[in-house]
Amino acid sequence: MKEKALDQIKRYPGFFPMAVLCLFLLYTPLIIVMIYSFNDSPSITRWGGFSLRWYEDVFFGLEATKLRKAAWNSVTIATMAAICATVIATAAAVGMVRSAAWRGKTASFAILSLPIMVPEIVTAVATLIFFSTIGFKAGYATILIAHIVFCIPFAYLPIAARLEGIDSNYEQAALDLYASRWQAFKRVLLPLLAPGIISGFLLAFIISLDDFIITNFVKGAGIETLPTAIFGAIRQGIKPNIMAISTLMLLVSILFVTVSYFVGRMGETKK
Amino acid sequence: MKTIFKTTALAVALGLGSAAAHAEGSLSIYHWFEYIPQDLLDKFAKEHDVEVTMDTYDSNESLLASLKAGKMGSYDVAVPSDYMVEILSNDGMLDTIADGELANIGNIEDKWMDVAFDAGRKHSIPYQWGSTSFSVNRDVYKGDIGSLAMMFDPPADLSGKINVLDSSGEVLGLASIYLGIPQCTTDRDQLKALNKLVLEAKPHWASFNSDGAKDVLVSGDAAAGMIWNGFGAKARGELASLEYSYPKEGYIVWMDNVVLLKDAPNRANALKFMDFLLEPENIAAVTNFAQYTAGVKGVNALLDESLKTSPENNPPADAPAGTFVQVCDEPTQKLYEQIWTNVKK
Amino acid sequence: MSGLVEKSSFGGLRKPLLMPAWVMIGFFLIIPVLTMLVYSFLTKEFRGGVIWEFSLAAYDQFFFDRGLFGDEPPKIEWTYINIFWRSIVQAFVATIICLVIGFPTAYFIATRSANTRNIWLFLITVPYWVNLLIRTVSMKFLIRDSGPLNHWLMQAGFIDSPIHLINTNFAVQLGLFYSYLPFMVLPIYASVERYNFSLSEASADLYAGRWTTLRRIVLPAVKPGIIAGCILVFVPSLGAFLAPDLLGGAKNFMIGTLIEEQFKGASGNWPFGAAASMLLLSLVLVVLLFYARSQSKQALHH
Repeated sequence: MKEKALDQIKRYPGFFPMAVLCLFLLYTPLIIVMIYSFNDSPSITRWGGFSLRWYEDVFFGLEATKLRKAAWNSVTIATMAAICATVIATAAAVGMVRSAAWRGKTASFAILSLPIMVPEIVTAVATLIFFSTIGFKAGYATILIAHIVFCIPFAYLPIAARLEGIDSNYEQAALDLYASRWQAFKRVLLPLLAPGIISGFLLAFIISLDDFIITNFVKGAGIETLPTAIFGAIRQGIKPNIMAISTLMLLVSILFVTVSYFVGRMGETKK
Repeated sequence: MKTIFKTTALAVALGLGSAAAHAEGSLSIYHWFEYIPQDLLDKFAKEHDVEVTMDTYDSNESLLASLKAGKMGSYDVAVPSDYMVEILSNDGMLDTIADGELANIGNIEDKWMDVAFDAGRKHSIPYQWGSTSFSVNRDVYKGDIGSLAMMFDPPADLSGKINVLDSSGEVLGLASIYLGIPQCTTDRDQLKALNKLVLEAKPHWASFNSDGAKDVLVSGDAAAGMIWNGFGAKARGELASLEYSYPKEGYIVWMDNVVLLKDAPNRANALKFMDFLLEPENIAAVTNFAQYTAGVKGVNALLDESLKTSPENNPPADAPAGTFVQVCDEPTQKLYEQIWTNVKK
Repeated sequence: MSGLVEKSSFGGLRKPLLMPAWVMIGFFLIIPVLTMLVYSFLTKEFRGGVIWEFSLAAYDQFFFDRGLFGDEPPKIEWTYINIFWRSIVQAFVATIICLVIGFPTAYFIATRSANTRNIWLFLITVPYWVNLLIRTVSMKFLIRDSGPLNHWLMQAGFIDSPIHLINTNFAVQLGLFYSYLPFMVLPIYASVERYNFSLSEASADLYAGRWTTLRRIVLPAVKPGIIAGCILVFVPSLGAFLAPDLLGGAKNFMIGTLIEEQFKGASGNWPFGAAASMLLLSLVLVVLLFYARSQSKQALHH
């Protein structure tokens, strides 16, 4: 009886339709593009029957080599940037969370979250100007460095959040038993921290894969990532093959959310 | 900790490695968008065993800005229009092609050999030439379209549905032609009139878009728009109600040229590419793709039939001659830049 | 509960542990921002590029209009101020719409049973992880004159001619809202989830109405989540590039497109672009400073 009363108090009329509206708004454009990616007609708005021709075009068409190269760049940059950012962020999280309050802790946190705080376009401009001033030639390396920097806070947040939830008595016990700090970290803390690290890595990876503005500013001659290649192509009009790529990337995102969701679950049960 | 460092080091090394992997046997092109068929690039890559990479730009001005902003030394060749060749060459951004370095230089049509913007073809070879004017969707507007007023003082049917090229040289050039004033005028009243004309025309314009100039017309986002003749022909191919105009006040003609950039990382391959584009068969492939006109002998026989009769490539007999965009001196150019800034802001 | 001393199990290694992050961010973000500040005071070279000579020209161009020939007495230049102002208004409106739709959604999700909640959360998270460029392109495709939306509306007989949405400020507004909506839902959800519903119950026991409870009890309790959500929507909206560029055309400038134009576009005016970036950064820092102050005030209250 009481349960039901509380449920009544919790409920607000109109909130459910709002939530449905929210999902509707978020998904309509994506679903439309997904549907039209199977459109047989080259005219983009008329429906001409179901076909996989645009997917074929993406993989084997004239621009396939270019797209494959761009996809390869995107994936390798995202992988490396996410690995580097995760390592740096894990170290930083241990340093921040597992040390007593100290002067400059707030400032240090501010520095760590700076890449999220500074608007992307400003980061892009600043990085471009910086590299050009020191004469560092724009190329693959400039994109990688810029991506590592802005991925750090995205990797840091889930790792630090997880670390805060782990009782420090665990590694303290290990240290009391004469384990070295490295052993205490590797054998005790790291396994407990793993779900946080994986979440951090996945988030950093997807953020790097997603980035357009910064990449567009710092990329060198002849180097494209998927977003910059797509952006270049749609300037001349949205073609069906772009929709096919979009749909594929959408599926990759769904895959990542699913993986990250199960990693999160794994963390819950282990705790 | 060691493993972590190793992984990181490996990751970084992998990144730098893959960046340096294609340093040999490559060619880096800086080109207009949608201006060369992919199979032609593939053909060149295969014939000479080089890896071809290409970036694109959408106006002569952005080509210049990008080269000035530290991209010199990254590209081997670019494809600026006539006036931009002159600007680049005056700024010392072009390398000189020595006598005998291009085997096919004799293929250039005589009238395009000794041109004002590159006397004796020291830095460039012809790519394509054509005109800049505008196309109108005849389903939307059925009246006479033979005047630049369609762009600068449009009828009500077109107002707010006009796309304008995002290029100061061509837009201000067309505006000057419409007003009947010289292109590099220093007369304050004429400049004021030009400024007034474009600012008053701006509310009629829907967008500034060069690379989307065809798509906005075809998709119906715009009912009229400045466009190059070949791009206009392609647009008509996708939407038959589009018509390209040769306005009575005049229009702009241009020639795009392949230039050898200074500090080209692959100079030898750049020259091979230029020779390649001077072969009638190859440049004809470009012409059939982009639907402009080549400046190389022996191309005509290889062209598509539709191209020879297309209204975009064959101005009506009573059409006036076109005008090239002129290069102004620095103080004058600054005024034109100010006018362009006023339009864009 | 572990005390302070135990918490410090890696305290001795603090510096080496934090050093990589400090170095990366310091060297590749803080120094670049300072370089950009210097650049905003340099002279633009004719036809692009910069000369290393001190100049206030960039800021002068931003704030003053000296006529076509540069010899008139300076007037206030409203164009760029208006672009900034419009960006602020659009970011603000986007934040409000996101809040109006996002709060009920977040609240609704947080009050579901664990399993339903997970499904909802999953559904909200997916768009957040989908490439922003692709989402913006999808929106553009949907609302263009010849796009599916207009097509259906016309077929259904609601309208005779397409509604012109693309290249308008409204489209930009829609794009901003659409881009950042998930950013609003997730932090609010996190706060509502932590909210102790017995407070609502107590309030109801004291005969407070449902909406009074929402206003007086729930909202203040989840305020940190709401503020975080607002910041996460407002700040990126302010400097957004993709939405104004793809949906607004080159005519409906926002700060982001104005800055991009100076670097990637034809103008090649780096000092001006740097100056505009500095002004945007200052604006964001002011917003964040207010946020930090409200946070520390809250910390004092607790």
